Amino acid sequence: MSVDMAPSAARAAEGARDIRGSFSLTGVSVAYGRETVIEGVSMYVPPRSVTALIGPSGCGKSTLLRCLNRMNDELGNVHIGGAITLDGSDIMGKAMDPVELRMRVGQVFQRPNPFPMTIYDNVAYGPRTQGIRKRGELDELVEESLRGAALWVEVKNNLKKHAFELSGGQQQRLCIARALATKPEVILMDEPASALDPISTQQIEDTIAELKSSVTIVIVTHNMQQAARISDQTAFMLRESLDEPAHLIEMDETKKMFTNPDDSRTESYITGRFG
Amino acid sequence: MSRTAHTRRARTAEAVAKVVTGLVALSVVAVAVFVLGYIVYNGVGAIDWTFLSDVPRDRGREGGILPVIVGTFYVTLATAALTLPIGVLAGVYLSEYAPRNMSTRAIRLAITNMAGVPSIVYGLFGLAAFVLLAGFGRSIIAAALTLTCMTLPVVITATEEALRQIPQDLRQASLALGATRLRTIYKVVLPAAAPGIITGSILGLARAAGETAPILFTGAVFQMRRLPDGPSSQFMALPYHIYAQVTSVPGWNRELVWGTALVLVAGVSAVSVLAAAWRSVQRRKVKW
Repeated sequence: MSVDMAPSAARAAEGARDIRGSFSLTGVSVAYGRETVIEGVSMYVPPRSVTALIGPSGCGKSTLLRCLNRMNDELGNVHIGGAITLDGSDIMGKAMDPVELRMRVGQVFQRPNPFPMTIYDNVAYGPRTQGIRKRGELDELVEESLRGAALWVEVKNNLKKHAFELSGGQQQRLCIARALATKPEVILMDEPASALDPISTQQIEDTIAELKSSVTIVIVTHNMQQAARISDQTAFMLRESLDEPAHLIEMDETKKMFTNPDDSRTESYITGRFG
Repeated sequence: MSRTAHTRRARTAEAVAKVVTGLVALSVVAVAVFVLGYIVYNGVGAIDWTFLSDVPRDRGREGGILPVIVGTFYVTLATAALTLPIGVLAGVYLSEYAPRNMSTRAIRLAITNMAGVPSIVYGLFGLAAFVLLAGFGRSIIAAALTLTCMTLPVVITATEEALRQIPQDLRQASLALGATRLRTIYKVVLPAAAPGIITGSILGLARAAGETAPILFTGAVFQMRRLPDGPSSQFMALPYHIYAQVTSVPGWNRELVWGTALVLVAGVSAVSVLAAAWRSVQRRKVKW
């Protein structure tokens, strides 16, 4: 089952061709061994905006997210069908090195996972991997990234502090800063605030709102209110039974999805008739 | 039975269990203290500057054990130099790269079996493989190679265990930033696992330092004119020095032999304690 691009998104695609950070998925399927868990997903992720993936547990949202930076490759015995292009380039083709892809498409995980190093070394890890060694350049990048993650002011006086001494919310913002440091076009976020308290969640959401002007964000969330608050377009996925794979049911501008969705299943999920 | 009676019974059982397990633990400590205490009591009389700086005289019945300490030190150092790189790399392979299939299981089985081989068998193997076949003759290098075979399973296992403690989260984070698996290992995973690896390895090496059987045929001697002058030289060693005197020197000097034992045990214990202390300092930094 495929879903047509919403008209507004198609218009945006026309104008956004020069801006980097857009994904195009066509008939994407994911199978672990012999079990197909996702099938027939076609969607367009516009650049410099926030796209939310919502749906009940087990509907494949995180699996789909992981396709976008090929982190599924690491799990072994995974087969991905269909086509995924980033700014027009096939991300699964031989011309695309997964290592390089991940520098362009960053990820923030559900539980904050800073390295057991100083704040500075955490943020500098990505740039150093890219070969940037000069102290001045690194200093600038670290500051810029920490500012982007709204963490600079809190830590600027002690960048040598060990990352584990930060609070949960601060650690997650550190992870965002770390992802920003590779200057990615897209940042994938897998339920980034689900392990945090409400205040930290608010800070993360504010940060996302700031970031979207320079980075495309794809966020998986089980919190519908969050999706409604922060995203520009929303995609609803559903796995109707364990005998069949998950599908993309509907995707549209967030406002429309939450007030007047086309599909009755979307409406049922959004109004809480099932979760 | 009423509810209060049940509760009372449960509480009594708990109290008894606490006491019994506590006593058992204490008795283990008591045994350790007794053994160490016995060694200290019998050997401390021999410890003085002469003992530690002089050479053995009259077949060990007089004099000191300096060349013996030096010999043990050299052979342990050589063993470490061989065991650590091979063991850590093997552990890294098993933990980070090896696929989950029959071949890997076979490798693990082989390593487990290696750990079970008696040390005297290693000694015999060392004689055949390193002294004779490889042509190293009785030497530090032959003994070190033999001890390496014996100590490798310990280092490999310690490495694997330490690496396994590192959460997958961290590897994922590194890969997601565009690092290769190799870079992830040497920049993130290995440094974080280093304390565990080093502690486990040091404990294994400390044991190796005290083994007699593997060095019996591969290079340890009871009497030597000079200190060892290279890897192909023979050497004296603390455990062998004890064994040789007790079995082949009539009227062996009780105090000096116990002193030798004390030096060996003290050395091994000191290294183990230092390793454990260093590890808790590192642990506090990383705060798993």
